[in-house]
Amino acid sequence: MTISIEPKNQAKKNLQPKGWLRYFSFSLDHKVIGIQYLVCGFLFYLVGGTLASAIRIELASPMSDFMPRDVYNQVLTLHGTIMIFLWIVPVVNGAFGNYLIPFYVGARDMAFPRLNAVAFWLIPPSGLMLIASYFIDGAAQAGWTAYPPLSITTPQSGQIIWILSVLLLGGSSIFGGINFIATILKLRRPGLKLMQLPMYCWAMLGTSILVVLSTPVLAGTLILLSFDIVANTGFFNPVLGGNVVVYQHLFWFYSHPAVYIMVLPAFGLVSEILPIHCRKPLFGYTTMVFSIMGIVVLGLVVWAHHMFTSGTPPWMRLFFTIATAFIAVPTGIKFFNWVATMWGGRISINSAILFSCGFIINFVFGGITGVALAQVPFDIHVHDTYFVVAHFHYIVYGGSVFVIFSSIYHWFPKASGKLLNEKLGIIHFAITFIGFNLCFAPQHWLGLNGMPRRVAEYDPQFQFVNQISTLGALLMAISTIPFLINVFISIANGKKAGDNPWNALTPEWLTSSPPPIENWEGEAPLVEEPYGYGKSITK
Amino acid sequence: MISKKFNLIIIVSLIFASSFWIGFNINLLPQEASINAPIYDELFRILFIIGLILFIGMTLLVIYSLFKFRRKEGQIGDGISLEGNLSLEILWTVIPSIVVLFVGLYSYNIYDRMGGMKELNHNHEIVNTNSEKIWAGISPKLDNQLGNNLSIEVSAMQFAFLFNYPKGNFISGELHVPVDQEVSMKMESKDVIHAFWVPEFRIKQDIIPGQPTILNFTPTRIGKYPIICAELCGPYHGGMRASIIVEDSSDYEKWFNKNSKAEV
Repeated sequence: MTISIEPKNQAKKNLQPKGWLRYFSFSLDHKVIGIQYLVCGFLFYLVGGTLASAIRIELASPMSDFMPRDVYNQVLTLHGTIMIFLWIVPVVNGAFGNYLIPFYVGARDMAFPRLNAVAFWLIPPSGLMLIASYFIDGAAQAGWTAYPPLSITTPQSGQIIWILSVLLLGGSSIFGGINFIATILKLRRPGLKLMQLPMYCWAMLGTSILVVLSTPVLAGTLILLSFDIVANTGFFNPVLGGNVVVYQHLFWFYSHPAVYIMVLPAFGLVSEILPIHCRKPLFGYTTMVFSIMGIVVLGLVVWAHHMFTSGTPPWMRLFFTIATAFIAVPTGIKFFNWVATMWGGRISINSAILFSCGFIINFVFGGITGVALAQVPFDIHVHDTYFVVAHFHYIVYGGSVFVIFSSIYHWFPKASGKLLNEKLGIIHFAITFIGFNLCFAPQHWLGLNGMPRRVAEYDPQFQFVNQISTLGALLMAISTIPFLINVFISIANGKKAGDNPWNALTPEWLTSSPPPIENWEGEAPLVEEPYGYGKSITK
Repeated sequence: MISKKFNLIIIVSLIFASSFWIGFNINLLPQEASINAPIYDELFRILFIIGLILFIGMTLLVIYSLFKFRRKEGQIGDGISLEGNLSLEILWTVIPSIVVLFVGLYSYNIYDRMGGMKELNHNHEIVNTNSEKIWAGISPKLDNQLGNNLSIEVSAMQFAFLFNYPKGNFISGELHVPVDQEVSMKMESKDVIHAFWVPEFRIKQDIIPGQPTILNFTPTRIGKYPIICAELCGPYHGGMRASIIVEDSSDYEKWFNKNSKAEV
């Protein structure tokens, strides 16, 4: 098959709706789909954030007094599921991947545009279904991990709808993964070599490999679980001779790689943002590529570190401890490389760079507690406590969500042609950073001192620290206000951005803002040095 | 150039000194009330210090870079075109590898000292179970004196723990144990997964339906401590708590004899 790089498919252009209506259509344009992912994900983020606020309000007092106990469990289940499957995974992969990857490989669209649109349109119905399950007979209440036998014995309709919705979202994720692998490997512009690709392509290649290898395992596991629930089979039901620990192995075989599915693309995005605003090449391109692939390989063999207090034999604990701790090495390389990228640069202090630096600081903290948690004897005390809650929020919020905001500030001018307001952006950063750390740093102490996770009531000695955490959560909720105001006023009458406001070298900036339907008016440019800053004297 | 190097050495030693000071002077953990609590706290302190050094170092680097290399008013042009530095990159691959390897081996040593790698010391009857799946738990010191510990059977259910003393043929809602004697618990769940956690003992073990687990520990400090369920088990999960009362052996005997229904 020859790949045409000439504009094609004029009919498609004419059939697609124009203007804002196209965002509600079955559009095949990767840029429209990217924005659909982002806006849809953000709406679910607001829902998940509201649920998080409800959890923190409940925990402002040691008694279970804000909502009924079973509703509390539904809220925490929905919060986790929504934030992972409907916000972070679709946005760091689907939104930015769809928008950027075709530009980076010099293509006019993704490899399979229809599959791409299907992958997106699976998300809104499954998300709405998940939320709607609350109004039918109560949502799932076994946590996002859905461990049996609890998930078998709680009300069925909520749990079954949860399984269906996660299956659909997993399907969407697999479709996306296949599409990214095909696009990156097969749709590259002639003349563009793999080692010339921007780092985000490598991150998405690694992530998509993880998605394609591990998500089917989750799907199979959840189908077996649904049989246990509706057909009285005994795969995981101990009453019928099933084994509950097997479920945990299968579940974490997906759900630990899921962490990398959430953070590897974020690593890629930061690697794009830093060089542009620091005016320096990305430090250590080759080691970055190898460390991404190292994380992919190691990420597949560490799942049992979530199960150190289940029934696992000692040799298994030892293996998973060492494997997990070693992920710190390739991850550490990336962080050192980013700091080296900043070193000696001409850094423009703006919202994008602040969120990226916030990410580095938060993630280093979360990574350190992660290495500690990998140690079996350390983990035994803090497993299933607020220490773990704090740790993974440092990874997924302090890590991925900070990068999402950084990326929005960075690519908003490309997608809209308007610049975001910098003053509001810096206010947004300051409130988010302070609120986030106020909310989650104290939770480490809570976990160490005896507060388990997923509880609606707790020992009154922990009240004060919990209230500090709730105050932080409140700030995080407030922080979305300047952001939303910023987006709306900037779309309405923001400063014109021009085609390349950051003076960047990566290919998406070498076309108009917003870009035309098939990305370039003429031939796609060949960018052999996406990070060649400082090479030619001032442009 | 010399003064730059000198400054660097001063800053690095300050980071190390302050991390060590914080690590040794700020206690983030609850009371130590079992044999393995001080072992755990030693591991915690080492990890805390290494973590602090890394975290403070990285944060200072990021903040320093943001100030030092920020674009000044009227400045145009790019930074230096530096694409990598092989020896630096090898350095920050090798050093973290060594640190991680040290931490891994050290924590293995800690785990071994806690008794995690040893053959389990217990005299519970185990039927129909692959013994490999049972966690060895914490059984320090007494591993050659099989059967010389206090055997208790724990059953967990939504939302309570029950403690069965087979020798006395009675069941209690409160766990009483004598100080300085090894306890071996065989735990089984009647419904969903629960977990047995005593923060002051630094131990936790899931209680799994259809799969008995064993947990050994040796309390060292007289007092009353909370037993907390740490695995989501339903609406009243947060309220699923019990108490463990560690008393000296004469008090324990008194309590045991008062409750015992066994014929002597």
